[in-house]
Amino acid sequence: MKPEKSSSLGKDAWLRLRANRMAMVSLFILVAVGLLSLLGPMLSSHAYDEQNLDRIFENPNSTYLFGTDNLGRDLFARTTYGGRISLSVGLLATFVSLIIGVTYGMISGYAGGRVDAWMMRMVDVLYALPFIIFVILLMVMFGRNFLLLFLAIGAVEWLTMARITRAQTLNLKKAEFVEAARALGFSHTRILFRHLLPNLIGPIIIYATLTVPAVMLLEAVLSFLGLGVQAPMSSWGSLIKEGAEKMDAAPWLLLFPGSFFCLTLFSLNFLGDGLRDALDPKSSKD
Amino acid sequence: MSRLIFLRLLQAIPTLWVIATLTFFMTRFAPGGPFDSEKVIPEEIKIKLEAHFGLDRPLFEQYILYIQNLLRGDLGPSFKYPEWEVSELIATAFPVSLTLGVLSFIIALLIGIPGGMIAALRRNTWMDYLPMGLSMAGICLPTFVLGPLLIFVFSTQLALFPPLGWYGASDWVLPSLTLGLFYAAYIARLTRAGMLETLQQDYIRTARAKGASSWRILTKHAARGGLLPVVTFLGPAFAGLISGSFVIESIFFIPGLGKFFVTAAFNRDYTMVLGTVLFYATLIICLNLVVDLIQALLDPKARQAK
Repeated sequence: MKPEKSSSLGKDAWLRLRANRMAMVSLFILVAVGLLSLLGPMLSSHAYDEQNLDRIFENPNSTYLFGTDNLGRDLFARTTYGGRISLSVGLLATFVSLIIGVTYGMISGYAGGRVDAWMMRMVDVLYALPFIIFVILLMVMFGRNFLLLFLAIGAVEWLTMARITRAQTLNLKKAEFVEAARALGFSHTRILFRHLLPNLIGPIIIYATLTVPAVMLLEAVLSFLGLGVQAPMSSWGSLIKEGAEKMDAAPWLLLFPGSFFCLTLFSLNFLGDGLRDALDPKSSKD
Repeated sequence: MSRLIFLRLLQAIPTLWVIATLTFFMTRFAPGGPFDSEKVIPEEIKIKLEAHFGLDRPLFEQYILYIQNLLRGDLGPSFKYPEWEVSELIATAFPVSLTLGVLSFIIALLIGIPGGMIAALRRNTWMDYLPMGLSMAGICLPTFVLGPLLIFVFSTQLALFPPLGWYGASDWVLPSLTLGLFYAAYIARLTRAGMLETLQQDYIRTARAKGASSWRILTKHAARGGLLPVVTFLGPAFAGLISGSFVIESIFFIPGLGKFFVTAAFNRDYTMVLGTVLFYATLIICLNLVVDLIQALLDPKARQAK
């Protein structure tokens, strides 16, 4: 007799994710876009800020894969370089919001009682703030600082994360294994990070996947308003802005960065949905 | 019900106070001042101007003064356009943003709800896949890509609508469409999910067994529960419409409040910035309250919980 092979939670989830065709296509697109952004600026023979005034507004051709802009800069180099910026803003700002949100939510849920009530009251107050206004205000007032961009976006995106983590913690802290850990005399910190956190990973990953596109959208909005990345540096948002202005003369300037951006958002959303179904089969709607 | 309204309005006061304080100190600690960019202003006039607006006094005193004026409902004069009160500027610019927002909202509801309902009723047929595919595309196509594309197709190529400005009804079409389609996509998805869940409920089966027509089941029985997620989304959606209008206003050159706000922040027009932020915050709080009330009307469970 063969003993039944047990499969871990992670393996189960991976199998379920693999069965989801849309999610796998999305994952493939994301890896491709990621690699292209990482390697693209090196593959191109032109630097992203190299101007060539003899070759402005060139159609996409074999030398300039995506064509050139009004200063003769290579759009392929600019798009892939912009991808680096947009993706890293998306990932880093999500990470910032993750750290703040998860810590806040866990403490609030674990502490419970009056502390919890006050901490969540704060979140409610912050929810009523017109965020985009504050981010714009920050960017205008303190200059277009890249670090500030991460912090500002991360700082406004943590609220939902905190709520989700708190709700999960509230449920979990009544579980027997937490009681057991407490009975063994472990410290609160140890219970929080060694016992509760691993059980929260699922919802956190799902929500993080959905935060990345939201953050990238926010960065693009800021760049579009002229508050994000400044030329000659590029992000997808700033390239789309330039493209929109010169759309009549050179539609490819909008087309390429726009497609990259939309495709990435599309894939992230599908991957997030797929992960939700894979990691938390109960919550899937249909 | 009136108790709920009263409590919520009471809660709004500390919220607004926090926002006012935060914004006040944020603007003041930022480098630059309202009279710095004007190179033409001689030093002594600048000092006089600052004295006139009380900018030479200690920061905390300015803060107390501002809050006192605020309690009397006075937002003060604009620093950039001293002949204008901030409230007057908001009163001029906001109706433009409001028109844009309401039009987009109507578009979003008119497309989103029927689209989602059809998809739910004809689940897993092309009448489900087509609207849902379109809505996924709509969600991932940001307004600042969609807007220029619409201009390109409908103004540059087809010459149907003007590409920019805000003079007459024909100017309204493209901006409201740009802003509305995104929310239409979102609402369609929410409607579909909500309807699918409701259609599986026992009371729907009962209604069907009693011989109610499918139209009656849809409008009378299913819509009430199925549209709850949509109602919940209305609050954030309206807030999003306001902030989304920043981008739309800058694409289509529309003189709305969003454009005024960004300009005011660039100009360090302290009172205008503060006034706009407080105005938006009040608006969002009121909208959330309205949404909660509608929700309570539709959902007996939520009503009892409160």
